[in-house]
Amino acid sequence: MTDTIDHDEAVAARAADPAAASETLVTVEHLSRTFDVSPPWLDRALEGMKRQIVHAVSDVSFTIERGETFALVGESGSGKSTIAKVVVGLMPAKGGSIVIDGVTMGEGSSRDVRALRRRMQMIFQDPYASLNPRMRVDKILAEPIRAFGLMSGRNRRARVAELLEAVGLHPRDGRKYPHEFSGGQRQRICIARALASNPAFLVCDEPTSALDVSVQAQILNLMKDLQDELGLTYLFISHNLAVVRHMANRIGVLYLGRLAEVAPSEALFSTPRHPYTKMLLDALPDVEMSGRARTPVTGEIPNPIDPPTGCAFHPRCPLADTRCRAERPELAPAPDTPANLVACHAVEEGRDRQAA
Amino acid sequence: MEAGPVLSVRDLTVEFPTRRGTLTAIDGISFDIAPGEVLGVVGESGAGKSLTGTSIIGLLDPPGRIAGGEIHLEGRRIDNLPADAMRTIRGRRIGTVFQDPLTSLNPLYTIGRQLTETIRTHLGLGRRAARDKAIALLTEVGIPAADKRLNAYPHQFSGGMRQRVVIALALAADPVLVVADEPTTALDVSVQAQIINILKRMCREHGASVMLITHDMGVIAETADRVAVMYAGRIAEIGPVSDVVKRPRHPYTVGLMGAIPRREGGERRLRQIPGAMPRLDAIPPGCAFNPRCPEAFARCRLTRPGPMEVDASHVACWLYDPDATPTPDFPPSEDDEGDTETEWQTYTPPPDPDPQHAFTASGEALVEGPGRAFDLPQSDWRKVTRP
Ligand SMILES: Nc1ncnc2c1ncn2[C@@H]1O[C@H](COP(=O)(O)OP(=O)(O)O)[C@@H](O)[C@H]1O
Ligand code: SF4
Ligand code: SF4
Ligand SMILES: [Mg+2]
Repeated sequence: MTDTIDHDEAVAARAADPAAASETLVTVEHLSRTFDVSPPWLDRALEGMKRQIVHAVSDVSFTIERGETFALVGESGSGKSTIAKVVVGLMPAKGGSIVIDGVTMGEGSSRDVRALRRRMQMIFQDPYASLNPRMRVDKILAEPIRAFGLMSGRNRRARVAELLEAVGLHPRDGRKYPHEFSGGQRQRICIARALASNPAFLVCDEPTSALDVSVQAQILNLMKDLQDELGLTYLFISHNLAVVRHMANRIGVLYLGRLAEVAPSEALFSTPRHPYTKMLLDALPDVEMSGRARTPVTGEIPNPIDPPTGCAFHPRCPLADTRCRAERPELAPAPDTPANLVACHAVEEGRDRQAA
Repeated sequence: MEAGPVLSVRDLTVEFPTRRGTLTAIDGISFDIAPGEVLGVVGESGAGKSLTGTSIIGLLDPPGRIAGGEIHLEGRRIDNLPADAMRTIRGRRIGTVFQDPLTSLNPLYTIGRQLTETIRTHLGLGRRAARDKAIALLTEVGIPAADKRLNAYPHQFSGGMRQRVVIALALAADPVLVVADEPTTALDVSVQAQIINILKRMCREHGASVMLITHDMGVIAETADRVAVMYAGRIAEIGPVSDVVKRPRHPYTVGLMGAIPRREGGERRLRQIPGAMPRLDAIPPGCAFNPRCPEAFARCRLTRPGPMEVDASHVACWLYDPDATPTPDFPPSEDDEGDTETEWQTYTPPPDPDPQHAFTASGEALVEGPGRAFDLPQSDWRKVTRP
């Protein structure tokens, strides 16, 4: 073993100290991010077009404990990828704060931030696009080790071989180029690259959405094994509720850039409270052919440039009333099932359970 | 008296000539679709699902060609028809729905014009009657205020609404068969469920059979009457959907079903099939699944299994050979699950001998890794991209 010691120590330390086991690693508060998607200035001036702002993420708060998997699930335009990019620092936030391992993003000393960058990595959806096609795989894996000044020469080569084996590839595979691998193998390479700098925290944006189901199973199993071995913390992003259920300890459901519900996986599936969560669960195909009763899903996601007033879900919600159209609900523990944090007036008023 | 099948495919073989020799992408598959039946065709990308579909509708991209076998629609052979005869069949007798609605819709014409033209060409209705039928169809697929939407262009609709229009268009001439290739793959989860329901209802109400091609076993379980599981250009297993889903027989289907994360959660590990589907130029002799199969034995590496009858299904696997003794204990029962699990996972696929080269004769390098290598026809390659 070469450089995995600090992981082993971290795992051992956590095992010895129960208090540390539920320590918060990531705290995101009131995060928001907008995009200006206006037509060019001249068109606006000449044709009287208006400035257009997309609120991709609004007032999103959550925490992630060390060693857990927190998942964000949502449909297109829900802001999942934007949150991922802002959290790893690929894109600045417009508002709110992100604290990771005690360091506030955008504020800490450059030394802290550099240390943080090493401890935090991202895995993307498209393993085809995210690897440099002209670089040999061993170079791709050695690059982060070199960039963070972690090791030199011979140790680095040993570490690359170790990384390849950790993700189920052969050390010989280091001599090949990315195009020589299948989609699943490329995602393994991306995971190995992410692990190269010994991160504690991985942000995974739809890591298996481009893969076939049997290959997806390989990657999900690998991610779980690595988490157990290395004590990794995951922010796992997906549109697939069943995948999220398989991976996550806790799940946040996003709708048009806001959190609709946050709950432990168990609770989200056994006692979903937000009407949108229920709709998503009803939309899941019944692979078991169990014949479970479901309410047909209706409507589509509105244009995020011009979201509905009040609760953004109101045009599709069977429980919507005048308050819903006027006033935006805040995330709060649900009556009866306080493990579910829910942003819904009907739930707060107890109307959701009467109706059912 | 029982009506014959709407579609009958016999020993269909599709080949691609390349600089390095001929690749067999579909290797002798046979199946029928009965009147009113929904046949699901499921498999991983590159298994040959879309190629089977494009062969039936006569839209195989050259240089791909049907090298053997026959396709019959309502008893009439259609695989050898001239292009214009096939074009008529495509609008009139076979409707199509693709992943991307813009494959079927012309962005320059209003949806009203596209619908009424199809109706007038194929049904010979007058202007007025065609317009009324177009409005009726749009209303049926759940487009509100259909009469006012006739003048709208495709880009003025959301993705889900566009796919509704495509379904209306596919059924406009009252076809006997609809070939739907990944019709919901590009849509959001909550829209997918709606589109699948509409497709199913419309085909039922208009008396069309459906060939539903998808990589999503959930969609199949919800929609199909029977399902064909494809692997490496062959049918591994075909049978009633509840049998295939609840009691898969072919080791590949068993692996596939075990790999799907379940809504109920709980399982610590997913069953994983080691390795990846072979590339077209590296399909092993015997059973195409043998290098990945935990049950493989000597015979599997030598001789290709034909379809064996198991209850109402046909399974292309030597484990079900009625002439062989003894009958194997497969699929594994609950209590030896542990054993099988290890076997599924210890296999390491051999390194890819020569992974990089382009496949098509026209020199288009579509393909790189083993998994993708199958998707050579551009149709599959372009259409089966996940959102
Ligand atoms: N670079 C960008 N420029 C303009 N709009 C963007 C950009 N990135 C994302 N958006 C918009 O922000 C919203 C959320 O996007 P995203 O985070 O990618 O959602 P998801 O990943 O859940 O599909 C969408 O409406 C999207 O169109
Ligand atoms: S706040 Fe109102 S509209 Fe929004 S989800 Fe709750 S009941 Fe429905
Ligand atoms: S024929 Fe042999 S290798 Fe093929 S699936 Fe059956 S047991 Fe496995
Ligand atoms: Mg995204």
